[in-house]
Amino acid sequence: MSIRSTITSQFKQVAIEQERKLATLTDDRKLIDCGLDSLSFAILVARLEDSLGVDPFSSGNVSEYPVSFGDFIRLYEGFAR
Amino acid sequence: MPDKPPSLWASITAAGTPAGHLYGAGATVGLAGLARASSLGGRLEELRGRSVLLTVSDPLRAALAMLELDGVAARIVLCPADLSPEHLPSVARKAAADACVEDAGAAAAAPAGIGTRVGVDPQLSGEARRVCSCTTEWVLLTSGTTGVPKLVRHDLATLTHALTDTRPGPDSIVWATFYDIRRYGGLQIFLRAVHLGSLVLAAPGEAVPAFLARARAAGVTHISGTPSHWRKVLMSGSAATIAPRYVRLSGEIADQAVLDALRASYPQAVVAHAFASTEAGVAFEVRDGRAGFPASFIDSPGARVRLTVVDETLRVRAGGNAHGYLGDDAVAFQQGPDGSIDTGDRVEERAGRYYFLGRQGGVINVGGLKVYPEEIEAVLNAHPWVRMSLVRARSSPITGAIVIADVVLAEETSGAARPEPEILTRDLIHSCRQSLAAYKVPASIRIVPRLRCVASSLREAVAAWVSASPGGLRRTATA
Repeated sequence: MSIRSTITSQFKQVAIEQERKLATLTDDRKLIDCGLDSLSFAILVARLEDSLGVDPFSSGNVSEYPVSFGDFIRLYEGFAR
Repeated sequence: MPDKPPSLWASITAAGTPAGHLYGAGATVGLAGLARASSLGGRLEELRGRSVLLTVSDPLRAALAMLELDGVAARIVLCPADLSPEHLPSVARKAAADACVEDAGAAAAAPAGIGTRVGVDPQLSGEARRVCSCTTEWVLLTSGTTGVPKLVRHDLATLTHALTDTRPGPDSIVWATFYDIRRYGGLQIFLRAVHLGSLVLAAPGEAVPAFLARARAAGVTHISGTPSHWRKVLMSGSAATIAPRYVRLSGEIADQAVLDALRASYPQAVVAHAFASTEAGVAFEVRDGRAGFPASFIDSPGARVRLTVVDETLRVRAGGNAHGYLGDDAVAFQQGPDGSIDTGDRVEERAGRYYFLGRQGGVINVGGLKVYPEEIEAVLNAHPWVRMSLVRARSSPITGAIVIADVVLAEETSGAARPEPEILTRDLIHSCRQSLAAYKVPASIRIVPRLRCVASSLREAVAAWVSASPGGLRRTATA
């Protein structure tokens, strides 16, 4: 499974669990408009650490926080390389 | 500040009529207007000498009521917007409340027996005679082990202890805060703002871009929130809406990533992180842009706020310390022999700097909100298939921590077959959702064969053995 599809699938899973209405995930979709709240993002990042083995946010090397879904994917792809 | 300021209104008008404003999501009120008129519809005198529950949902109305009630009410009980309605009767009882200030959107109606109910309106009316007749006790709510809030006693002197300057300077200061001003962190910002300028108040559930747009329109210069609030701002794409001179973080551990990102987003601003607790008051502010705090803060001779580290835990002794808890919880107030308050926050020194490690006794901080594992374990343990459970923190770069749980299931009996693990965990999450706030619901529940008893420190172990209380020992799951 690619990083993109893992991330997309986890967005959907967390949205279901947290009973949030997830917007269509296009690369230019702002994270703030995707339907997840802060707690959902916290859960999502923990799940991605479990499934991808990386947590870019805790790495100490995040110079910029992602703003769009595309930024979020690129952040993880950059760390998985 | 003098030891006992006469009243909040007298304090903010000591230098003349205040020029600032309170900016709510639906209305703006000039502070000067309160010199002539009231938000309480001419009923302020009915609240004189009373113990008043402040249950309004709108932060602007709450701010107005606080300005009017200090020096008039004997006691003000600040009920935050997220107070569970089921806890209001116990809060009212502990506070011996005999009056209530409310609005149409209040989450819970005042309990029966409170006869005096006064509304609060940003449309000021009537005349205002501001006569101070008492030192008002301010009561703030903080989480308790079982979910029932503890009531923390302050007064204006303790609450304003950290304000070293209470007179407006030549530069206009406009504060904005993401906090609920009925909680300690937000109340500190409210008190600073009404003394020094204006305040932009976030409405419950208001979207970050909308709030920042209002803050910009009001000319925000100073802004405060938790690291979680700030991460939300940084991921919102709207951080550049404002250009503040001062950015403050408190309520959770500020990590280096969020400090660096704020520095990059607001190069013109001082980015400071502060430590305070409802019980201990404001302890310090760190302005060097680095996580943790200098070791020189500890045992600093002559400091206004005396900080010590005892058993790896930060203690604070200062004029900002609370007076204690109200009601049945009074004996639980954690005060050392020297009068210092045990914050319950564990720290570690590395190379001349102290870093926060988390909370003592397993308490979890989720986005600035305190979570007691025992409360969640009680819900899990009530499930017929759960024999015991362990709730603990998983560190999170988004909210500081999230809640996770391990459960040991009961043995199958001949009469009943145990449901599949997926069904059980779903059922447990559902039970938690039914009875707990969202941030307390475990993000994951793992079924494990047993929980191994360990303690995070010798002191905790001894205390737990001595008290022999169920749940006194923190347990670790064995997968």
